[in-house]
Amino acid sequence: MNYTVYYIVHLLTMFSIYAILGVSLNLVVGYTGLVSVTQAAFYGIGAYATALIAKTAGFGFFSSMLIGVIVAGLIGLLIGLVLSKFRDDYYVIVTVGFNIIAYGIFMNWHSLTRGPLGIVAVPRPKIDFLGLHLDFNNNLLFLALVLVFLALIYFLARFIAKSSFGRVLKAIREDEKAIQVFGYNAFYFKLAIFVISAGMAAVAGSFFASYLRFTSPNTFVLMESVLILSMIILGGLANLKGSLLGAFILVLLPELMRFVGFPNEIAAEMRQIVYGVILVLLMIYKPSGIMGEYKL
Amino acid sequence: MKNDKNIIEVKNLVKHFGGVYAVNDLSLKIPRGEVVSIIGPNGSGKSTLVNLLSGMVEINSGVVILNDAEKLKKIKSYEIQDLSITRTFQEVRLFEQMTVIDNLLVVLTNRSVFGSFFEVHKKYHLEEVERMLQRVGLEAKKNQLAKNLSYGQRKLLEIARALLMKTEIYLFDEPFAGLFHAMIKTVSGIIKDLRKEGKTVILIEHNMDLIRELSDYVFVMDEGSLLAEGEPDSVLKKKSVIEAYLGK
Ligand SMILES: Nc1ncnc2c1ncn2[C@@H]1O[C@H](COP(=O)(O)OP(=O)(O)O)[C@@H](O)[C@H]1O
Ligand SMILES: [Mg+2]
Repeated sequence: MNYTVYYIVHLLTMFSIYAILGVSLNLVVGYTGLVSVTQAAFYGIGAYATALIAKTAGFGFFSSMLIGVIVAGLIGLLIGLVLSKFRDDYYVIVTVGFNIIAYGIFMNWHSLTRGPLGIVAVPRPKIDFLGLHLDFNNNLLFLALVLVFLALIYFLARFIAKSSFGRVLKAIREDEKAIQVFGYNAFYFKLAIFVISAGMAAVAGSFFASYLRFTSPNTFVLMESVLILSMIILGGLANLKGSLLGAFILVLLPELMRFVGFPNEIAAEMRQIVYGVILVLLMIYKPSGIMGEYKL
Repeated sequence: MKNDKNIIEVKNLVKHFGGVYAVNDLSLKIPRGEVVSIIGPNGSGKSTLVNLLSGMVEINSGVVILNDAEKLKKIKSYEIQDLSITRTFQEVRLFEQMTVIDNLLVVLTNRSVFGSFFEVHKKYHLEEVERMLQRVGLEAKKNQLAKNLSYGQRKLLEIARALLMKTEIYLFDEPFAGLFHAMIKTVSGIIKDLRKEGKTVILIEHNMDLIRELSDYVFVMDEGSLLAEGEPDSVLKKKSVIEAYLGK
């Protein structure tokens, strides 16, 4: 592959991974109104679970991804149980705490995670099935695979959003006490969507670790959760296409800036500043985000 | 049990917020199938009583007896549907950033996590919603967000939502407050219909004409306790009641 194609494939792969994270978080923040800043923790759990299981237990990529999803779901369940005690500002603060804890574990549980060194040589997926041989060491094929999973997760999220379950989530977001009067125990609904969202984020983590063939704690810092959250606010809450748009903008912004004349080295660093400015301006002039159907 | 005269009996109910006793050793019996009005000056504990009966606030002491059988010292709000109770709110509480249709559909669909997950609303749910919107005159607004409705429309939507619960007991906390004539007619028509269907309505209201027109029985509350009770005409004439309203 020539460099340009390679680079576009890389950008699209990163877009897909962020899009999965955005869609998963939108279910919790946009549809249910729970402002969670701990998505990077589940992202990390997925990445580490896949990396460790594929490397040490010799499982294939897909089974290690599945285990990652289950582990993230179970930890999501525990965290969700704790979070059920909190509302509003306190909820946000407690999710921040959980991301910091997760990072601390990735960083300090040396015997498992090798701490700051991270885990190297994470394998790429392989499919040998009914005469089909696909080796995802090819980046283009890998992109196709991530896109397939993005599509699956997107349609699962859309199914949820359009179901009766999704309508109850929105009602919880709007007035949790009122919806309970009409016979819904909000506790279980909030827990269910939190677990589903954690599992989806783990899928993104599996792909990330496998794509880079490497995973280390620094990807899963609190700032990453803030970035994912701001990305979906920018694209628009409670709108799944908005999350795709948000991911697109996030990944493409440095490229666009290079395009309009910022030098390479500056573009990457300026990204955050420009991104922040866009976010501030948007909150002033269109607080529901670009395509949002819900305003915090 | 269904034939017992009283559908709700409140015994020695107490609710205090810090030092404020909003409901103070209140005992009363609500007869089945009647429209019962609860009146009293602002701050006399009427809304708190409704909040207690609907599990929105916790009972400090006393019991609520339903159908002469179930003795409740604790009521959870998500269980009042099973007790066949529903309510409206003095300060309208809608699902603001949802459409009018969704505000109503949400009380018709499956209550469990799993059941609702695999359910998209049914056609008959939608038809039921449409009929209800016609009844309260909101069919033209069905795709609007609730937050974009006028004050009166919001009150009507809330009442429509309660009606779709199809319960035995309706708690209406000042449903007429701030409404203009046409809407007052709609709401009083709804209450009369409920009575015809044999439902029990607990109505909090200040307008004496509406109380006389609609209610079979009246309880007067003052400072969290019962001041008087009886048929509307006799109660509204009582000196103590008039004094409580006008200030002593
Ligand atoms: N959630 C609450 N917290 C603190 N005080 C309350 C609360 N709800 C009601 N009160 C107080 O209880 C008393 C009764 O209020 P309320 O039941 O709303 O009266 P009413 O509906 O008859 O006007 C008032 O003094 C009110 O301030
Ligand atoms: Mg009141």
